Amino acid sequence: MEREVNEPLALEHGLTREEYRKILECLGRTPTFTELGIFSVMWSEHCSYKSSRVHLKKLPTKGEGVIFGPGENAGVIDIGDGLAAVFKIESHNHPSFIEPYQGAATGVGGILRDVFTMGARPVALLNSLRFGLLEKTKNRLLFTGVVSGIAGYGNCMGVPTVGGEIYFNDIYDLNPLVNVFCIGLVRKDRIFLGQAAGIGNPIIYVGSKTGRDGIHGASLLASSEFNDASMEKRPAVQVGDPFTEKLLLEACLELMSKDVIVGIQDMGAAGLTSSSCEMAGRAGTGVEMDVSLVPLRESGMTPYEIMLSESQERMLIVARQGREKEVLEIFEKWDLDAAVIGKVTGDGHIRIKQKERLAADIPVEALVEKAPVYERPFGLPPYQQTLQNLNLELCPEPKDYNAVLKRLLAASTIASKEWVYDQFDHMVQTNVVIRPGGDASLIRIKGSAKGLALSVGGNSLYSLLNPYVGGMAAVAEVCRNIVCTGAKPLAITDCLNFGSPERPDIMWQFAMAIEGISDACKKLSVPVVSGNVSFYNETKGVAIYPTPVIGAVGLLENIEKRMTAHFKNEGDIIILLGRTKEDLGGTEYMKMVHHQERGFPPEINLDAELALHGLCLDLIDQGLVQSAHDLSEGGLAVAVAESSISSTPKGAEIHLKESGIRADALLFGESQSRILVSASPEKLPEIEKRAKQAQVPFEKIGVVTGDRLVIHPYISLPVSELASAWKGSLPEQVADKPFRARSK
Amino acid sequence: MTFGILLFPGSNCDQDCAYVVQSVLNQEARLVWHKETSLDGLDALIIPGGFSYGDYLRTGAIARFSPVMKAVEKFAHAGGLVLGICNGFQILVESKLLPGVLLRNRSLKYICRDVSIRVENTGTPFTGLYKKGELLNIPIAHAEGNYFCDQETLDDLRKNNQILFRYADEGNPNGSLDRIAGICNPGRNILGMMPHPDRSAEALIGSEDGKRIFLSMMEHMSSKIA
Repeated sequence: MEREVNEPLALEHGLTREEYRKILECLGRTPTFTELGIFSVMWSEHCSYKSSRVHLKKLPTKGEGVIFGPGENAGVIDIGDGLAAVFKIESHNHPSFIEPYQGAATGVGGILRDVFTMGARPVALLNSLRFGLLEKTKNRLLFTGVVSGIAGYGNCMGVPTVGGEIYFNDIYDLNPLVNVFCIGLVRKDRIFLGQAAGIGNPIIYVGSKTGRDGIHGASLLASSEFNDASMEKRPAVQVGDPFTEKLLLEACLELMSKDVIVGIQDMGAAGLTSSSCEMAGRAGTGVEMDVSLVPLRESGMTPYEIMLSESQERMLIVARQGREKEVLEIFEKWDLDAAVIGKVTGDGHIRIKQKERLAADIPVEALVEKAPVYERPFGLPPYQQTLQNLNLELCPEPKDYNAVLKRLLAASTIASKEWVYDQFDHMVQTNVVIRPGGDASLIRIKGSAKGLALSVGGNSLYSLLNPYVGGMAAVAEVCRNIVCTGAKPLAITDCLNFGSPERPDIMWQFAMAIEGISDACKKLSVPVVSGNVSFYNETKGVAIYPTPVIGAVGLLENIEKRMTAHFKNEGDIIILLGRTKEDLGGTEYMKMVHHQERGFPPEINLDAELALHGLCLDLIDQGLVQSAHDLSEGGLAVAVAESSISSTPKGAEIHLKESGIRADALLFGESQSRILVSASPEKLPEIEKRAKQAQVPFEKIGVVTGDRLVIHPYISLPVSELASAWKGSLPEQVADKPFRARSK
Repeated sequence: MTFGILLFPGSNCDQDCAYVVQSVLNQEARLVWHKETSLDGLDALIIPGGFSYGDYLRTGAIARFSPVMKAVEKFAHAGGLVLGICNGFQILVESKLLPGVLLRNRSLKYICRDVSIRVENTGTPFTGLYKKGELLNIPIAHAEGNYFCDQETLDDLRKNNQILFRYADEGNPNGSLDRIAGICNPGRNILGMMPHPDRSAEALIGSEDGKRIFLSMMEHMSSKIA
């Protein structure tokens, strides 16, 4: 017998009193236990976007090349030659905190399924990670566990992890972030959608068997804040099996090459419940399923458990009537379970049976369209005023700039992430042309001259100090990264990591960040085609800094014209494009040297940003420059150092013009819209001319020479010393420390 | 010429090998499903990298029981060229077609990076187009590439010049015995190597130093036909 449903039980499921009342209204009766479970996951923040929906509407989602925007499993854009790129970013934050290896691994598995469910073969993964400082044992365990988990899953799948970024800040001690981005390629006429169309068509379950893992992952783990009891929710973290997912990928792509599928969707958050409801919702149909037909890992599972399980590596397929056998045969070839478990109906209900017994009968509309939508109150946080106070007079300029530069290069956030990406197979599929570690990564598209540039990022300290600027800067920077390879940014995907939406200060951060993202996207002509919202990133009342992470995709028409960040030739002239202002608020330098996370973040002028992108693309296209590198954390000095350090290190001698700005701001300030380029001397007049035409500030600042980095009169260090500070930092911090090596 | 490329559940470099064969070498590639039992019509065989059967047990330990492996043995014993790359090397040692074992890397971590290897023997069908002592820039990507065997076997490998590649300079990324990166059988027609020639056959993706392994194989096969 199922448990009796009442209001207290509904509250235990994470529903509110009002929401429970609304359920009674929708059904006209008390829900069964299974129905309550279904409502609780479908109406959870994670699945329903009930707090974010009204704000997300402000994002520009349409554009010339957009084939499918938000609402499908992933966004789809046209990249020419009959091909489309399918991509999305998603978070797996709470599971990764409770169980770092499996949390991160299944995060990778989930985003891969979102991409191949649309018919695309995944060609690259990237990730954006946030941890507390590595001095703490717990943070090292989280960091190494997450890296191992990503490696364990991605490597086995044969999908290269080609790039990413990691920030370290105390604020993530009790709430690390794991955001994973995936992109796939598909022929434009072979895109599959998650829809349960065609009354009478069979519903087929394929992939792993269903177990009791991950029940309430979406509703209780992802949609509530953390406390000491959260660790007891460890069973709500799923366990990944990348081998099965690899078989599932190959089987699905093989099936998709035949004309037997009407719709297909992966079972991610909320498993069988959300996949079937969403598919029916999109098609305006109903579904009827018998859970006794679902392949199970253990006996005695109830309809409630089967409908809510988040067991991994499963897909739901709606096939054409009479073609069931072909589907089953392909999955048999790949040694995977497959079973017809129901059919599409015309009455708009989701009806769940266990043999003869009816366990749930709910109008799909009630679960999808009638899900609650909240206009949560928001307002300027009372602490914002204090945050903006930064008295630079109390922050004296350092005496030893050499020491500061070395410290900055060794700061975990800035230091080389080679220790991380060495553990990721970033070369499989033989497409990666610009490998991890630069501004953006670049993969070729076999059979064409084209390349795709990929970048993820977002500075949460900027967003804390001004979420509007932080949102803009995140979009601007990833697009700037793309532009530095010579590729034109086409579209973005966003992963919005915030605290509890029930707090007006957090909702203010959220609303402001969305406006920033939206304005930047409009100006830079990059629509948002997919995304994910992760609320409740707070533990014991302390929220993370607002962390909007953006993933961008750019197209390079001729991959032979690609550009990289490092200096190439002795004697090349070093040029700074863009204007340096006294921007010290929110910088890595202020945080590290003066322990200040205050002030105003660097301003951003979107017109200047757009002009800079246009100029950079033009210079690369015309073959006028030898390197291009975006200026970000650590400012000019760090950017020059990074361009110097490469497999063939090159020194540089820099003279900075007196401009009335503090020297520390000149060297380490993070003014936006700046790119460092190098070029052979005879190209200089042409570059200057084009910069003038584009109205982009141009300054010749130095020359590539010798084996030292010299910035007169502040810095003079051998490049080798900078390289060892930059490369040695992460390995040193994790070496001989407790660590689980479970990566395969 | 037709290169067969074995496909096990969990193989993931099969398409990379096929791309090299078709688009770089302009030869025929045929994917061979692990349940097939005949390799008729193939001129050479590649066992690609990946995670056959998830490598949940010892790497390659389950793949060796696939039906196709009987045919591979027959093919190799008849003198056919067999190139095992990465997981392919692991499968070859598990099948006893090559001696030794591949242990976990000394660092206990997966390692993906370019390494430098030295060509130690050019008198084989796989290395004919290299110069002895030549250094190749070629990527590795594995967690179990730490070659090990007993002293007697090592002595044999040295005596018969079966060690075709060693990690060069002072490098030994995974802790392999005698810095071994690739070995062949006494008959010189089976090569197993951890580095990926399939990932170093085009300058665009970083290196074409591995391409001559395939070209050497082709030259050897055409000289046999002629």
